[in-house]
Order: sequence, then C-alpha cells, then structure tokens
Amino acid sequence: MSHDPHCCHEHGRAARAGAGLPAVERGMPAPAGTGLSRRSLLLRSAGLALAVYGGGRVGGVGVFEEGVARAAAGPAGSVLLSVFLDGGIDALSVLAPVGDPEYRRLRPKLALSEGQGTPFAEDPRLAWHPAAAGLAGLHAEGKLTVLPAVGYAHPDQSHFTSRHFWEVGALQTGLNTGWMGRLLDRIGTPDNPLQGVSLGGQLSPALAAGANPVAAVDDAADAGFWTPGTWSAPADGIVGAFTAIGRGHLRAGDPAVAQAARAAAFAGTVSTALQPLGKDGKPVAAPPVAYPQSADDFPQRLAGFAAMLAAGLPIRCATITAPGAYDTHANQAATLPKHLQLTTDALVAFQRDLEARGLADRVLTLVWSEFGRRAEENDSGTDHGAAGVGFVMGTRASGRMIGEFPGLAKLDEDGNVRATSDFRGLYGALAGDWFGVDPGAVLPDAAGIGRPVVLK
Amino acid sequence: MHRGPFGEQQARRLLWRAGFGPRPGQAAKLAGLGLDRAVRSLTHPAATRLTGPAPKDDEGAPLAPRDVWGHDHLWWLDRMVRTEAPLVERMTLVWHDWFATSKGGGPTQTMMLRQNALLRRHAFGSFEDLALEITRDPAMLLWLNGTANSKWSPNENYARELQELFCLGADQGYTEHDVREIARALTGFRNDWGGAGPSRFRYDPTLHDARAKRIYGRRGRWGWQDAVKLVVGHRDHPAFLVHKLWGAFIPTPPPPASARGLERLYTRGGRRVRPLVEAILRHPHLYDADRRMTKPPVVQAAGMLRATGRGIDTDAWAWICDLAGQLLFAPPNVSGWDERRWLDTATFRARWLMATRICEPAALDPKDKPDVPSEPAALVARALRFWGDPPLSATTRAGLERYAAGALAAAHAGWEREQFPVLVVNALRMLIAVTPDELTS
Repeated sequence: MSHDPHCCHEHGRAARAGAGLPAVERGMPAPAGTGLSRRSLLLRSAGLALAVYGGGRVGGVGVFEEGVARAAAGPAGSVLLSVFLDGGIDALSVLAPVGDPEYRRLRPKLALSEGQGTPFAEDPRLAWHPAAAGLAGLHAEGKLTVLPAVGYAHPDQSHFTSRHFWEVGALQTGLNTGWMGRLLDRIGTPDNPLQGVSLGGQLSPALAAGANPVAAVDDAADAGFWTPGTWSAPADGIVGAFTAIGRGHLRAGDPAVAQAARAAAFAGTVSTALQPLGKDGKPVAAPPVAYPQSADDFPQRLAGFAAMLAAGLPIRCATITAPGAYDTHANQAATLPKHLQLTTDALVAFQRDLEARGLADRVLTLVWSEFGRRAEENDSGTDHGAAGVGFVMGTRASGRMIGEFPGLAKLDEDGNVRATSDFRGLYGALAGDWFGVDPGAVLPDAAGIGRPVVLK
Repeated sequence: MHRGPFGEQQARRLLWRAGFGPRPGQAAKLAGLGLDRAVRSLTHPAATRLTGPAPKDDEGAPLAPRDVWGHDHLWWLDRMVRTEAPLVERMTLVWHDWFATSKGGGPTQTMMLRQNALLRRHAFGSFEDLALEITRDPAMLLWLNGTANSKWSPNENYARELQELFCLGADQGYTEHDVREIARALTGFRNDWGGAGPSRFRYDPTLHDARAKRIYGRRGRWGWQDAVKLVVGHRDHPAFLVHKLWGAFIPTPPPPASARGLERLYTRGGRRVRPLVEAILRHPHLYDADRRMTKPPVVQAAGMLRATGRGIDTDAWAWICDLAGQLLFAPPNVSGWDERRWLDTATFRARWLMATRICEPAALDPKDKPDVPSEPAALVARALRFWGDPPLSATTRAGLERYAAGALAAAHAGWEREQFPVLVVNALRMLIAVTPDELTS
C-alpha cells in the first residue's frame, strides 16, 4: 500500500465525473492524530453499515449523524410517499365514465372506444384507461383506495393556487408550511433531516416544515462531496467544515442566509447516511424486482427510495413528481397515455419492491394532482377543471372507494366535475390513522371535514 | 433613493443583483462612479459586445446551440459570462422567468433562441410591446397552445396565464368568464406541421372568432391585440408589474409609498420598463445588508467564471445547472423558477459540483511547492483571493479558520507538514464557494 499522497490525487481525478467522495480511499495515509473516529452502526434489516463520524478536531459533524442514527435505531415508523401528477391529470381519462350517457357527447374525440379498458369493480360506469391497467390490478388485490372525484369547494382553476392548497393542506394562499412538514414537526426530531425527503433535485413545498429539518435527494447512489486537490486529513474535515459553518448560520434572521445555512448544515448528514447505498451513481445492489426502463428518473428514484427504506434510514414522509406534464390543453391522446403508463408501471414496480423487501405494511403511497380537467374537450385537449382523481396505494390501504363518481349530468357552473371527497379529509385520515397525530394539530380545517376510512 | 454610502460593497451587491457578479476590479471601478452613474452605466451600456475567449464544448468544438442538447444553455451562459452589458442579459433572464417558456413543451431550441432574442430586444422597453410580441412568438404559441386556439374550439391556456402569471396575478381583477372571452379574442393563430416539426406560424383571420366578446365588462369585437392591450391596460396591472419586477431585484415587498411611486412612473412613462429598473436599483432596500437574495444557479455559475476569468470550456455547465435547479430554456413550469427554494441538500451539492469545475483545473499542486502561508487566517485570505476577495461574515471566517487550524494540526509526518497547507488552500477555495455568504448576495 502506497503512502504517496499523489496516488490519492489521481484517485480523486478518477472520481471527478461523478464527484463521489470515497468512503475510505485506498492507499490513504491513516488519519493519525486527527481525532477522527469512525463508528459503524449496523442498520436494521439490510445489514448495511452507516458510517458515523464522531466529533473529532477536524470533523465536528457529530450531532446530526447521531440524530439520524438515533432515529434509525428506534422502532420503524409508518411512511407516506406523496406522488404528484403535475399539471392536472384528466380524471375522466384515468377512470373513464364509459357508462355515463353524457360521456361521448362531451368527449367526441378523446373518449375511450367501446370495450376498451378494464371495468372499475366498485362502479360499473367507470373503466380504467388501458395505460392504468397496473392500478386496476392493485385494486383487484385490495391494495388501492380510489377517490374518483377529489377536490374542495369553490375550486380554483389556477395550477399554482390549487397545487398550493394541496401542498399546504388548507385553502389558504398565505400559509407557508406544508402539511407533511407540519406533520414532521409533530412526529420528527430536530436533528434528522432524512425524516422528510424530496426525491428529486428540489424540496417539495409539501415538506416545508416549521421547525424540523428535511432533505432533498437527487440520486441516492450519488451524494458524495469530492474535493479537487485535497486528500488525507484536510479532505476528511471538509464535510464537517461546511456543516459547522452552516450550523453557525442556522439562526440567521435573513431568510436567504437561513436557507443556505440549512442546506449546508444538513447536506453532509444526508451524504454520509447515503454512502452505503452506492457511489458515483451506481447502487450497491439491484432492486429485487424489475422497474420500467425509461429516460425519466422516476422509476430509478422509486427504486432508490425502496433501497433507502430497506437500509433502515429513518424516513417518515417523502415526495416525488411523476413523469410527464399532465396539463393537456392539446394533443392529449398523444401524451397522456404514455406518461400514465410509465407512472403506473413504476408505481406497481415500487409496490412489488416493497412487498419483496418485507416493507409493504409500513408504506402508503398517495397519488394526487392539483385538479381534474374540464368535462367537455376542446378539440384535441382539455382545459382546467375541478374535481380530480386520487389514490392511496399499499397493503394497508382500505381498498374501498372514498366518495363516488358524481356523474356528468350534474356539472358545476363552469362545466366541471363536482368533488365528492375533500383532500383535507383524506389528509386528516392519514395524519390520524396512519401517523397517530391529531389532525387538528396539523390541518387548520380538520374540524369541519369528515375523515374517510383510508386503512384496512 | 439610496443615500447611504456607495462603496465597493454596495457596488458588489449591485453587480450581483443587476448582473452576474464582478470581474476582478470591477466593483471598485463601479463604486468610483457613484450610485447614479453606476446605475446608468448598467441601464445604458456603452457596449453590448462579448469579450473573452469564445465558448467551446468538451471536445473543444464551437457550440451548436440550435441542435445539441444543453448547448443552448451554454450559449446563453457564455453571454452572461462575457457580456459588457450584464443588465441586458439579466433583464433577458427576468423576462425568460416571467414569460416562462420551456422547450420541454414543444418548442425547438431554434424557436427558443428566437424568443430569447425577442426578450433581449425588449429588455428595457415598453411592457405592452413586449406582451404583444410574446403573444405571437412561435415558442409561446406552441407552449401555451396559441395555435391550438380556434373559433371552433377555443383553448384557454394562454388567456389564463396571460392574466394570472404575466400581467395581473392569480384571481386579481378577472373572472373565469374573462378567461373564456379573452381566449376567444386570441383565436386566429396557426402553424403547419411537417417532417421538420412546427413551422409557418401566422395569423389567419378565418380561424378567428370575430363575434363580440365581453372582457372586463366591456363589449366589443375584440381581436388578439385588443385583448393584450385590455389586459395590460387593466387597472390592477401596474401594481402587479411593479411588485413582480421589484421581486426580481429585492427580496422583500416594496414599501407602499415606493410601490405607488413606481406605479405612477410606469403608467405615466408609457409603460416603459427602464425607468422602473433604474428606480429599483437606486432604492435603499437594494443595499440593505439584511436583505440578501440567493444567487440563482446560472447567476452563480456565470459569476464564478467571471471572477476567475474562465470561459465556457465544458458541456458540464448544462447538467450541473440542471442539478442546481436551473436549466435555461427549460423552466419547471409556466410560472418560472421558484426563487424562494433554490437551496436544499440536493441543490447545495450541485453548487459544490459547480465549484469543483472551477477549482479543479486551478488546484495548487504540492509537487510544485507553491508558496502558501502557514497560519489559518492567512490561508483563508489566500483562498479568498481566488474568488476576488468577496466579503465574509465573522461567523463564516471563524468556521473556515477553525477548519484550517484543525487540518494543520493533523500534520505530523514531514510530507504532511509540507503539503497540508497547500491542500488546505484548495479545500478552502471550495468551502468558500458554498458558504451562506457566497450562495447569497
């Protein structure tokens, strides 16, 4: 083994493209005298080692890794994954009201042809879009709760206002914490950023917490911090250094500084916790089931999420955006089925993955969109509407419809489908029955809205 | 009007907010002009040429912004780096974010570049002219279905966003009825579809719904230009425009008196943008030390390149900016980028990757025995010089010095004592780039 530090310089160069920080660089001089101690924590179920850096003179990361480790060592908690269908998916395509007398009049071009699609077992007027056949299968197994017309009173047809309502869990334009964020303020801890994870480059507003930290993970197998031109003890201290500087600014009064401080304070913790999962974009283990092959990151991110749960990372809430844009004002028939197919197939693969890993009873997946689309088509597409379709997927989901399909004969004054269930009621049921948190503590409007049965 | 000092620190702030950060020595030079002339030099640039080495890709070849994925991003980033008129580029970015159009929704890179030229032409001009031009811009017509909107089947997409996102604000002074009527007024645009994609964008009166419409309570046989003028002429529009434009430069809302003054300036000045920008850039809130803004990813990338005298010499700037949350010509949706959420644990790592691209080729090699100091404070000063000596808070400086001291104390063997100071300078350059001080301005 060479002690020539230049070999390590070269090693660093090789890792450049992926910029992964090697866990232990071969050929490195021992970190003698740095006070750096490495402890390994055997994580539940997967047998993966989570490297925990103790607070040495160079490191000083300490407390946040301890927070993750402590949370991971506790009893495994229930998990909710929120999947957002961006743009307002056309509910009348996902569950087409083929048995409704108005359907073919309103949708002369976009209607499913006769005999297309599996009938929806709980309402014979509806048929699953062929691209959503995977969901029909899960429903038949009793693992899918369907909300055929979910929304809220006085629906807003702005993407951004309606999406905001769903994200904050209330019909309040000024609320700036997310409903999952407030949930994490109740069930989480101040030192575990992994409790709420956005799967993707950007933090979801739904996870914006008032107090507790949350994280965004772009690629679970590529989260390292390689530093050019540095090795040995000076390299070992780098993550600790930006973590400490971030922590020093956490209480900054300036919101921009405080946000930068949070990112710096928690990025290293997340990186360290993800180290066992892979390096430079290569996961250490293949998922136990096949996911759809796609240029879109969605299937891979779901697979990475299942691996994160299997590794015992202390995650309670997570968010992801489904592939494609569902704002189908035009060319709906050309784009919607493609995106729906990939979304559905990836979700089914994720469910099978959880089942294969023995995690399925701990995880529910909520699928939602900011609104549904106008009942009447506009040539090749559909404009913004009101009530939409939602799902709760999982072995513990009730499998029973929430609300009903209201029919196309009684549209609202704008020609949109009326809501028969309220997303705030659904959130209340998830908060209360899945997480054991008083819905009133998380959702400002909980008191006035009934809680549907969401669990078996 | 800012009456406090206008020194190097304020000039630096101005260059980050109204451009892409200073080149070496530029902040001091700008400070020497005084506030008024400094602002004027930005809003009336003497030259719009690009200076510095021409951009190239990883192979050393010229960029192909119309054809190659990401080269459109590199092409514009290069302008941001090399421009002598940074505020023109920054205003073009403001308009790109404002009329957020994405190539993900159909427009080709060629169409996006054409829209980019339109936005640049109208950087400081009349907002009404800009709104009229963008309405018939091919990329926009495709993106918000302007050419799928005909008298037989009106499509509401553009009519809604024109009001909600571009001119009035969500639920501000218009109804769902206005959305539908404006959609009818905007009918008449069409394009052809061929093997090479969309082409021949044009207005065809036979597709236009010529019947009367009622918009904001006014009845008329309104056409597309009437509709745009009615929206821009709406009494709620000046307040919307002033707040949104202000928000591009200052993170907190304008004081009511300032907002009223700016609205007057706008309506009395023929809805021209330049006087508004000048007033905002001279406002004391722009220079308030406690009103910092996160540098947008492309602004930080361009700024790092400007500070270190580098040009575009790798394709990596496209995917790294994408990871950081800002791929040009591909905003996340029609409302543009969410400036309140630039930084999280994932995008922080992307900023780190940006810094690796700058620091790696410039890294000091201990084999060369570079002359570096041996004290923590001096090492921090040496690393700061690499970035053009940006100011640091005491908290950050102390953190950097603590890191340097810890790393130096770990040197025991002879080679370690010799090499660690050099390695520490390399590490400090990286660490400085991702401090809260440098991620914001």
